[in-house]
Amino acid sequence: MAAQKEVVFAGFGGQGVMTAGQLLAYTAMEEGKQVIWIPSYGPEMRGGTANCTVIVSDSRIGSPIINNPMSACVFNRPSLDRFGPMIRKGGLLFINSSLIDVTSERDDITELLVPANDLAIKVGNPKVANMVMLAAYVEVTGLVLFETLDRMLTEKLGGKKKEMLELNRKAFEEGRKAGQELGEKHAGELR
Amino acid sequence: MSNDSTVIFKRPESLSENITHYCPGCTHGVIHRIVAESLDELGLRGRAVGVAPVGCAVLIYNYFNTDFMEAPHGRAPALATGFKRCRPDMIVFTYQGDGDLASIGMGEIVHAANRGEKITVIFVNNAIYGMTGGQMAPTTMPNQKTTTTPAGRDVSLVGYPIRVAELLSTLRTPSFVARVAVHTPMHIVNAKKIIRKAFRLQKEGTCFTLVEVLSSCPTNWGMDPSAATKWVGDVMKPYYPLGIFKDPEREEA
Amino acid sequence: MAGKKLMKGNEAIGEAAICAGVRHYFAYPITPQSEVAEYLCWRLPEVGGAFVQAESEVAVGNMLFGAASTGLRTFTSSSSPGISLMQEAISYMAGAHLPVVLVNIIRGGPGLGGILPAQGDYFQAVKGGGHGDYRVGVLAPSSVQEAVDLMILAFDLADKYRNPMMLIGDGMVGQIMESVEFPETNREDNDPIKSDWALTGALNRKPRVVKSLFLNPDLLEENCLLLEEKYKRMKENEIRYELYKVSDKNRLLIAAFGTMARICQTAIDELEREGVSVGLFRPISLFPFPEKEIYAEAGKKNIEKILTIEMSVGQMVEDIERCVKGRKPVEFFGHTGGIVPTPNEVKDKVRESLGLKK
Repeated sequence: MAAQKEVVFAGFGGQGVMTAGQLLAYTAMEEGKQVIWIPSYGPEMRGGTANCTVIVSDSRIGSPIINNPMSACVFNRPSLDRFGPMIRKGGLLFINSSLIDVTSERDDITELLVPANDLAIKVGNPKVANMVMLAAYVEVTGLVLFETLDRMLTEKLGGKKKEMLELNRKAFEEGRKAGQELGEKHAGELR
Repeated sequence: MSNDSTVIFKRPESLSENITHYCPGCTHGVIHRIVAESLDELGLRGRAVGVAPVGCAVLIYNYFNTDFMEAPHGRAPALATGFKRCRPDMIVFTYQGDGDLASIGMGEIVHAANRGEKITVIFVNNAIYGMTGGQMAPTTMPNQKTTTTPAGRDVSLVGYPIRVAELLSTLRTPSFVARVAVHTPMHIVNAKKIIRKAFRLQKEGTCFTLVEVLSSCPTNWGMDPSAATKWVGDVMKPYYPLGIFKDPEREEA
Repeated sequence: MAGKKLMKGNEAIGEAAICAGVRHYFAYPITPQSEVAEYLCWRLPEVGGAFVQAESEVAVGNMLFGAASTGLRTFTSSSSPGISLMQEAISYMAGAHLPVVLVNIIRGGPGLGGILPAQGDYFQAVKGGGHGDYRVGVLAPSSVQEAVDLMILAFDLADKYRNPMMLIGDGMVGQIMESVEFPETNREDNDPIKSDWALTGALNRKPRVVKSLFLNPDLLEENCLLLEEKYKRMKENEIRYELYKVSDKNRLLIAAFGTMARICQTAIDELEREGVSVGLFRPISLFPFPEKEIYAEAGKKNIEKILTIEMSVGQMVEDIERCVKGRKPVEFFGHTGGIVPTPNEVKDKVRESLGLKK
């Protein structure tokens, strides 16, 4: 039962939160896990706030509605305000500290500050902030293997955009490094 | 029958031997016949499917020797679309009245025409709802008395009769759109020529084809058959001019 | 499409139709199911088929009538307001014994309502929707894989009974992505030429007519009895349901379908860990309804109550009450309008029903 993990990706429309969630879901499925990807949909998709939830489990997944997800990656302030309070006690909150200058002020969860936009700009394009965040999340949680993640990324981007693939890979590297540092910093809380 | 007799007139193979239920003086029978003759002459009977309307011709499938579907009111062009898209090798025609096509089915006919569905629509315009008992149709003439316009059609309240052939011929999509009449033998001969051409164009996979046929309804018009026939020529024809409005085989302006 | 794929419910529904042999699809855009058309508009041409974007759902229903009359498999998908507009054609197709499949990815109603998931079209699907003495077979998946499996089944049942079948999922089933597998076989076995009713041209046989018009009341009654006989056979042969954690320890039995049933499963798992034993009765075929089966489950000594949970103000609960026949009290809990009851709410309601403190 405890083998089920949930993560919410939330941000503005256009920040790539849906894509990040999908790539994680593809990767987990590739590794033989049960997965479900649940989007917010409707007018929200047209430039407003967007979010998706990914559930990964070793056994059949029940409810797609999650009262209290284990973790969330929030890309903007409204998403922090909405999902911060929902995280399960002991859970993880990944905050895009490039755009959010506050925290949830909760002391029963672990908050991890990832300057996703700054790192994305560093590798050449703020659009890959989603991949920086995804890599940081994967590094800290170990939910899937980077090797598989990279393979699925290559498969999704295909041969059509070689430079995009390279950019995303660089974003992964930055996210991984950020995740490693955070992992060391919060080693006690993360066990 | 002596051995030297020659058959000069017979029932088209595409018509069944059932006796029609139409009123005396109604021209549905004439139109059925020229549709059937066209199918026979083009060799299409064995792969033809008709779509019956809701209206006086609702039982048309009893009179044809071809496969048929019976459509909800006004929806014949949608049925024809669904069928033809699945079986482009077959010949699909709808047979619709003015209430069916120009009122409740206006959406379906405009879009079928605009998509350029390779079907043939026989549109019978008799300026009234026949089967339901003589109510006003979208094609009812100005000042024409019907059971729902007892004082005559008041164009200030309900607008003018819709000219379907003209309306559909404004669409950019190539099509064959014509209006014919069947109130005199000469007009019947011409109507046959035009309807046959419509089926030929479908056979060749050219375009959407529609032939509007001015028809009479002595019963609901309250006239005897000869007066009704005369009324088609005197009152309807001036408002609904005959001719070919759109023809893929003619240079478009 | 061999192997596992991660797919959105709506796209998987489209691919399942292709597996079932469908090559012609007619639809009109409406949220939250437009992805079916966005998928099939490029996928059907790949397999030699075609998609027609109709001018309205009224036209869609009637295009299906025409397409189904060829004897080929065909289907449409829509969401609640669109399905309302198709009721005309559904009634005609039922009356004319046409095999078609319709998918309703239900959103909140009535009227324009909202676009979020709901189950408020249960009555419309199960009790009729259009006019006259007819029924539509109704299947309700609770996952993307089940949507695929039930789509393929729906086409088989539509052909078997020559009757419209409806797959009802809520917006959630259409929008989520899950891993799915598709059967290998492409079904080429419904050759319309072999059919004894499809319209193929009266070349070397008597003309056929596909119709629902019977002006002679004796013939109309005969047609209705013919339909009724089919529904009786469906009731005998096509009942489908799933029991989850049903045992003689259960104090309470939850009845729920579709996404709501999945949410209840999670609540049931969590209650089990608290020592509260609850079972789930999940109807998969909503018509025919598992009448005898729910009656039998309700009769078990250990069951104190039946709790029906729906994403509506209570529709299936009327069928549960009808079938339980007063054997046990039937209670209801639900949310509607796009609000989906959460596992926590389900647990609270169960505890309340059983008189346990929260």
